[in-house]
Amino acid sequence: MADVVVIGAGMVGAACAYFAARAGLDVTVVDRGPVAAGTTGAGEGNILVSDKEPGPELELALLSGRLWRELAELGGFEYEAKGGLVVAETGEVLGELTRLAAAQAARGVASVAVPPGELPAREPNLAAGLAGGVLYPQDAQVQPMLAAAVLLRHAPGARLRTGVTVTGFLRHGDRVTGVRTDKGDIPAGAVVNAAGTWSGQVAALAGLDLPVLPRRGFILVTEPLTGAGGEPPIRHKVYTAAYVAGVASDSADLSTSAVIEGTQAGTVLIGASRERVGFDRTLSIPVLEILARQAVALFPFLAARRVIRAYCGFRPYCPDHLPVIGPDPRAPGLYHACGHEGAGIGLAPATGHLLAGFLTGAAPEVDPAPFRPERFAA
Amino acid sequence: MSDAAAGPVADLAVIGAGPAGMAAAVAAAGAGLRVVLIDAGPRLGGQYFRHPPPGFHARRPGALHHGFARFTHLAAELDRHGAEIRLRHRVWAVERGVPAAHSPDRTGTDVPSAAPRTRPGTSAGGALTGPEGPLRTAGGETGPRDMPGTGPAEPALDGCVLVHCLAGDREERREQVAARSLVIATGAHDRVLPFPGWDLPGVFTAGGAQALLKGDLVVAGRTVVVAGSGPFLLPVATGLAAAGARVAAVLEAGRRLAAVPALAAHPARLAEAAGYARRLAWHRIPYLGRHTVIAAHGRDGLTHVTVADLDRDWTPRRRRTIACDALAVGYGFVPQIELATQLGCATRGDGDGGPVVVVDAGMRTSVPGVYAAGEPTGVGGAELAEAEGWIAGRAVAADLGRRVRPAPALAARRDRLAAFAAALSRAYPVRDGWRSWLTGDTLICRCEEVPYARLTEAAALGATDARALKLLARPGMGWCQGRVCGYAVARLAGAEAEPPRRPIAQPIRLGDLAAGAGALGHPLGDDRPSDPAPAPAAGGGADATADPAADRTEDRTADPAAESTTDFAAAPRDGLTADRRRPRRRRTQQERTPDDDDP
Repeated sequence: MADVVVIGAGMVGAACAYFAARAGLDVTVVDRGPVAAGTTGAGEGNILVSDKEPGPELELALLSGRLWRELAELGGFEYEAKGGLVVAETGEVLGELTRLAAAQAARGVASVAVPPGELPAREPNLAAGLAGGVLYPQDAQVQPMLAAAVLLRHAPGARLRTGVTVTGFLRHGDRVTGVRTDKGDIPAGAVVNAAGTWSGQVAALAGLDLPVLPRRGFILVTEPLTGAGGEPPIRHKVYTAAYVAGVASDSADLSTSAVIEGTQAGTVLIGASRERVGFDRTLSIPVLEILARQAVALFPFLAARRVIRAYCGFRPYCPDHLPVIGPDPRAPGLYHACGHEGAGIGLAPATGHLLAGFLTGAAPEVDPAPFRPERFAA
Repeated sequence: MSDAAAGPVADLAVIGAGPAGMAAAVAAAGAGLRVVLIDAGPRLGGQYFRHPPPGFHARRPGALHHGFARFTHLAAELDRHGAEIRLRHRVWAVERGVPAAHSPDRTGTDVPSAAPRTRPGTSAGGALTGPEGPLRTAGGETGPRDMPGTGPAEPALDGCVLVHCLAGDREERREQVAARSLVIATGAHDRVLPFPGWDLPGVFTAGGAQALLKGDLVVAGRTVVVAGSGPFLLPVATGLAAAGARVAAVLEAGRRLAAVPALAAHPARLAEAAGYARRLAWHRIPYLGRHTVIAAHGRDGLTHVTVADLDRDWTPRRRRTIACDALAVGYGFVPQIELATQLGCATRGDGDGGPVVVVDAGMRTSVPGVYAAGEPTGVGGAELAEAEGWIAGRAVAADLGRRVRPAPALAARRDRLAAFAAALSRAYPVRDGWRSWLTGDTLICRCEEVPYARLTEAAALGATDARALKLLARPGMGWCQGRVCGYAVARLAGAEAEPPRRPIAQPIRLGDLAAGAGALGHPLGDDRPSDPAPAPAAGGGADATADPAADRTEDRTADPAAESTTDFAAAPRDGLTADRRRPRRRRTQQERTPDDDDP
C-alpha cells in the first residue's frame, strides 16, 4: 500500500511527490492526462517575489525561491535567475512601487531602484518615457513542464501513473483511505489533492466544498528573436506595476497588464490577462489585441515582430488569493495542495515542502495557518 | 446584385478558392447571395487549379491539369454572379459575434467588450461568466437569420462570423470580412514522415514539388525520385517527367495503384490509373510497390537517397542508393481544419490518422452558419471537393431562405465519390515501421530543431501524448505550429492526431494585432481590385514558398492530381521575415489608449 497518493502530475503535485518521497514516504502520483498537461503546461514559469505584498504568500515565495535554487541543481530543465524588472509609467505609480519594495525589503526581498536614466542600461529595448522601475534579482523563470517531469523522476521510488482518472475516494467513515480510479482502487495512508484548477472537482468527489475557480489567461508567443550581438532582446521578466493590482483583484471581469519576457528558445512570451469565464477556451481577439498593444507600448521594437502562436490556460483561483495547503479536517487523510492561481510554479517547492512536513510531522518553515483548507467554511 | 440586406455584412464568406470554395461561391452567388471568396494565394484555383501568373506567358496554362476547363468555367461563373474575390488574404482567425470596434458606444477602453464573449453551454462554470456587456454573446445556439436594420444601437453582427485576414504581401494589413455564413474550404497540406536527411535542400514534399511546377513552371531537379504513399505520387511523377525532369523512380511504400481493389468498381478511376501507367511507361519510369526512401544524403544539397524495400509493416529490408538531386516525398494529406476548431466545430477521427470536420448532408458543421467542404471533411480529391462545394453553397442559400431546387444527383455523386475516397484512404495506411527509419539525431520538428532522441527522452519522463511531447520537447511550437511534424509526433505518441489548436492560424505582427480591428471596414464596399496585378517577376516565384505561413489556406486534394506547397527546402527557419517586411500603419485609428491602468 502506498503511503501517499498524489492526485495531479503538474508542478505542485510533482513537488509534493518529490518532497514526500525524499522524506522516505512511498508515493504514487496519478493524473488523468500526461505530466504537466494542465495549467503547468499553459503558463510562463514564473518564480516571483516581486509581485507579492508582505504576507503569507510572500513568505511562501521566499522559501520557494530558496528551494528552487537547490532544485535547479538537479539539471534537466531550464532555470534562469534573470531577475524581474517592474516599470512604472508615472511618478505616482513609481512612488507606490517604491513603497512596496521598501515593505518587501523588510521581509528579505532584495530590490534595486532603477531611475529612468538607467532603464536603457538594464533593458536597452524598453520604451522611452517611463518614470522608472524596480529590479528584483530574486525573480526567476523555469521551464515548468520539464521541471515537473524532472522532479517526478527524482522523487525516490515514486510511481507515476498517467492516464488514470480519479473517480472517487476510498472511505472509512469520514476518513479517506485511498482513491477510486477508472483503473482500479489505490489504497493509501494519505491522499493529496494537487489537481490544480480542477481541485474543486476532486474535493467534490469527497463531498467537500473547495472554492477553486478557473481564471483564464492568454499568452502570445513571438517568433524567435535575437538582439544585437546575439543578446536576448529582453533580458528580464519585465512587467508594469498594474500587474500587481491585477493579481490581487477579485473581479471576474477582464483585467490585463503587460508581462513580457524572453525564453531560452528565443521566443518572447506576452501576458497577462485575467478573467473568470469558466473553462471556456474560445479565442478572445480583443484580449489578444490588448496584450499586443501593451507589449508594443513597453517594447516598441516588438511592433514589427510576429506572433506565431497563442494559448490560454486556467489559473486555479481562490477567493482570498491564497493557496490551499494542508490537511482537511472534514476528511482525515485528505490533504490539499492547490489554488495557487498564477503563482503555482513559483510556490510549488514550498508547497511540497510544507505538505511533506504535514505527512511526516516535521516542523513547518513557514506558518501554514493562512493556507488551511477549512478557512472558507462560513 | 441581389436583394440581400444592405450593409457591410456579406451573406457568405468562403475561405479557400480551390475547387470546393469556388463551387460553393458560385452556387451561393448564383442563388442571389452576396458572397466574398477569400484566398491566401495570388490567383484563384487553390492547389488543384494552381497555374502560372499571366506574366509567365505560359502558352497553355492548363497544360499541367486535367479538368482545367472546370476552373475556367467556375472562374467565369464567379465573375458572372458578381462574387467578390479577395486574393492574397491570409486568414489568421475566425470568430463569431460582434467585434469590439463595431460597438457604436465604444469608449476609451476595451475591457468591457471582451467580457461577454462566452458561449453559454461551453463554459463549465456558467454561473461564473461575466455579465452581459454592451455586446451580444456569440450566438452559438442560434442559426443564421435575417438581419434587422443596422441602427446605431443595434449591433448588426450578432450571430455572424467575422473573418480576420492579413491582406497583401509585403504591405500586409489587417482586414475583416463579416458574413452571415461561412464555408471553410481550406484544403489540406502534405502529410510528412520524417527520415534522416529530410531537411536537406533538394528534398520537397510531393505537393511542394507539384506546386513549384504548376505555379512557377519550375522543375524541382534534373534527376528526381518520387517517393511516399498514395496515388498522388503518380501525377507528381508524370508532371515532372513531362516538364523535362528525369524521374529515376516512383517508390510506393504501400501497394501500386493498380493493385487497389476499390479501383475495380470505378471504371473512370481505373482508366485514370491506366493513363498514369502508360505515361510512366512512356517515360520509362519504374513504379515500385513496397519501396520507399528511408534516408537522404548530401553535404550542402541532396546527392543521393537510400531506398529500401519494405515488409508489410514498412520495416526496411534490402537497401540500395539512387543518385538524384531532388526528392519529392509525400504520404498523403492532412486536412487543414484549424479555422473550424477555432469556431468550435465538432470533429471526428477519419480512421486515417487525422481529425476531420463533422458535417451533415448539407455540409453544415455543428456550429450554425458554418459549413465545410472539400478536404476539411475528409481527404478525397478535387472532384469530391467540388461536389461538396456545390452542396455547401446551395445549403447556405437554402438556409438563408433562398429557393433552391433539390439536386439528388449531386448528393448521390458526392456519396459515391466520398465512398471511393474512403476506400482509397483505407488502401494507403501509414504503417508503424516508418519509425525504424529514424535515428536519434533525425529532426522531427524542423522549426524548433527537435531530434527524435529528445522525444524519446520526453516520453520516458511521462509525456504520453502528442501535446505532452510538445510541452516537454517543443515539437510543433515553431513557425508552422506543427503542420509539418504534427502527424508524425502524434504517431510517435501512439495516437491519432488531436484536432489542432491554433488560435492564431497565421503569424501576425504585434503592431498589426495591437492596432485592433479598427472600424469594421466595408467588406463589400472595398475598392480593392479583385484581380491584382501579376506578381513581380523577381521574387514572384520565391514568394510561394519563402514564407512558410503564406499560401496555406488553399484547397488541395489527394487523389491523382493534388498538390500542396509545403516544400521541405523552404524551411520555416528561413522565415524570420520581420525585417523583410516593413511595418505599415493602418489607415486611421480612432483611438490608441494604453490599457495598462485598466482594472
